[in-house]
Amino acid sequence: MSKKLLTGDEAIAQGVWEAGCRVAAAYPGTPSTEILQALVKYPNVYCEWSANEKVALEVGLGACLAGARALVTMKHVGLNVAADPLFSSAYIGTNAGLVIVSADDPGMHSSQNEQDNRWYGVSAKIPVLTPSDSQEAKDFAKLAFEISEEFNVPVILRITTRIAHSKTVVEIEDRKEAPVRTYAKNFAKTNLLPSNARPLHRSLEERMERLTEFNNTKGPNRIEEGQKGFGVIADGVAYQYAREVFPKASFLKLGMVHPLPTKTVRKFAAGKKKLYVIEETDPFLELQIKALGIKVIGKDKLPLLDELSPRVVRNSLAEPGPELKPAQGVPSRPPALCPGCPHTGIFYLLQRKEVIVTGDIGCYTLGSYPPHNAMDTCVCMGASISVGHGIEKALGQDDKRRVVTMIGDSTFFHMGMTGLVNTVYNKGNSITIVVDNRTTGMTGHQDHPGTGKTLMGQPTKDLDIVQVVKALGIDKVHLLDPYKIKDNRPLFRQILSEPGPAVIVSRRPCALLVKRDAPKRVKPEECNGCKLCLQLGCPAMSLVEDKVVIDESLCGGCAMCVELCGRKAIV
Amino acid sequence: MKNSANILICGVGGQGVLLFSDVLSASALAAVLDVKKSEVHGMAQRGGSVTSHVRFAPKVYSPLIEEGTADFLVAFEQLEALRYLYYLSPKGRVLIDPLKVKPMPVLMGTAEYPTDVIDRVRAGAARVYVVEAHKTAKELGETRAQNIVMLGALSRLLSIPENVFQDVIRQSVKAKLVDLNLKAFQTGRKLLK
Repeated sequence: MSKKLLTGDEAIAQGVWEAGCRVAAAYPGTPSTEILQALVKYPNVYCEWSANEKVALEVGLGACLAGARALVTMKHVGLNVAADPLFSSAYIGTNAGLVIVSADDPGMHSSQNEQDNRWYGVSAKIPVLTPSDSQEAKDFAKLAFEISEEFNVPVILRITTRIAHSKTVVEIEDRKEAPVRTYAKNFAKTNLLPSNARPLHRSLEERMERLTEFNNTKGPNRIEEGQKGFGVIADGVAYQYAREVFPKASFLKLGMVHPLPTKTVRKFAAGKKKLYVIEETDPFLELQIKALGIKVIGKDKLPLLDELSPRVVRNSLAEPGPELKPAQGVPSRPPALCPGCPHTGIFYLLQRKEVIVTGDIGCYTLGSYPPHNAMDTCVCMGASISVGHGIEKALGQDDKRRVVTMIGDSTFFHMGMTGLVNTVYNKGNSITIVVDNRTTGMTGHQDHPGTGKTLMGQPTKDLDIVQVVKALGIDKVHLLDPYKIKDNRPLFRQILSEPGPAVIVSRRPCALLVKRDAPKRVKPEECNGCKLCLQLGCPAMSLVEDKVVIDESLCGGCAMCVELCGRKAIV
Repeated sequence: MKNSANILICGVGGQGVLLFSDVLSASALAAVLDVKKSEVHGMAQRGGSVTSHVRFAPKVYSPLIEEGTADFLVAFEQLEALRYLYYLSPKGRVLIDPLKVKPMPVLMGTAEYPTDVIDRVRAGAARVYVVEAHKTAKELGETRAQNIVMLGALSRLLSIPENVFQDVIRQSVKAKLVDLNLKAFQTGRKLLK
């Protein structure tokens, strides 16, 4: 047995592989993406990027029903997309095990909300495991398969950003093969007609009762004895912070948080004069423990917002640490579109138009920030087209502003196509720009149905978005190169003046994926400091003593600035 | 020197903060210590401010360093040192690259890049080492080796043996880059007298 430093994501990949997992499906989403990127490097496991999370969960369910141990991973909001099959999968149950990883993002490092997906366990009636470090991420991934098979139910393995992206020490073991079980048609189990679903619901409630008993007796929870009168109940990474702040307290460290091991909690709480529940985001454990009639302190002191940290726990519940003063007058450093980013050419044109722009989820969401300020909305995957349609229907003829909806290529395949069909069907007038950078950019360059390559590296059909939108009923389709700002300017004017619906496919690979050209340079004698080129928001360009300078270490030579300069000062 | 440390590494997305902390934490593990490291991937990395927390000790719980308790702050860029200075313990030391990378508000002219960064860092730390890692890496022919130059400098202040770092570097970078990175590491060690 060897020891390695692994992220929680890598540890889950190691764990499911050791458990004999044979099929894995996911849609990329921070902080879950690296699980499948790690798993695909192992032998004897089929891995795919599915078109979206709902598809991924259905693929996983199919595989587990066919008899193979299956893994499905997604970020927390991905589970919203997959909620429909999630609820059904609990009724149907499993054949071989099915493990669903939900990677939550408290603090919203790279997300639009900080929902707490432990609740899905309660509402969908699915057991939930919450590891506290990478070793547990691996151990719980294996345990999840066992629970899933023993209790005929999928299992949610819920991690958070600090588990997913922290490296901690993990013991590496060998794979234990889990041969594919026999598949036989089972109408009463796998066909959710009401007549079948009624007995399946009853069976699910019984399964949950048995799971409660399992969690009381054999669940992955432990009591760490310390001070007699002072106890802390915690799960996930919050346990680590709490352990640091209260080294002398007694701990009930919960690993399986749904269904709650009520007997274990009562036993631990007995005789405690002071009992804290320390958990991130929502009062998930706290409310259930209070419902048992046990007095605890939790979210009345701890914040509901943002991620926890040792200091937040200390200042909320213990003697506050010394006052700290972050330095004043430090300019912020928000994330920005990269030098040469193809999205820049589109934003440059949009930011000068009187249009309403509904945005979507991807790198181009950064176009909402200055200097572009180019988006009115960012809601969820695929929402650009449908939110734009709603705005347009509400404004009607009275408002002359056109609605432009903007979506990335991966997001278009994920959930954008349905919205576009709706716009066509319901006589919408909006203009959709698909910013096709030939990859899933923000999550670190994953393939998707338009790239011609699978997660396992095999060549496949590359769906052409131009052909797809034509097939969806869009007659006015324009393909353009976002770097050609001069050519695109009159084209934009024309498209905006004509009735829609129309689609612009802006195609140019992500600047991080292509070889950089020689950097551009400003001739200081020609530059008059008009700052027009700075409107691109290129991180390689700045104004020094009233002249524009280009940082040659950052510039990739995209030449969009050259297109803009009327004095030909950039060469 | 003691066998535990809280090390906060900060820089700008793309500077190689993550490889630095990977090599550092793997080296600490090879020296048989409990190690945790934490950082955030995704949106923040697109040219934004990036941090990585590395902690090693006989036993580590939290993967995050508590503010005010870092033994070392390693900054790949001046302004980032100032931004995270409050993580430093009163006895904490700073390794700072004097490199300046202007953030977007400065590029756009809506904010000024402060001129007194290093003085302010000195005022808030027990000791400051100015390490010209970017410049040194450029002289070695590869600015991207800035991180390993910096690691060489930091290694002089840690109890982890030199050869442990070298072994981990050999395992962590592409074969054709091993020599360059080992050289960067050695040059970095010499930068700290």
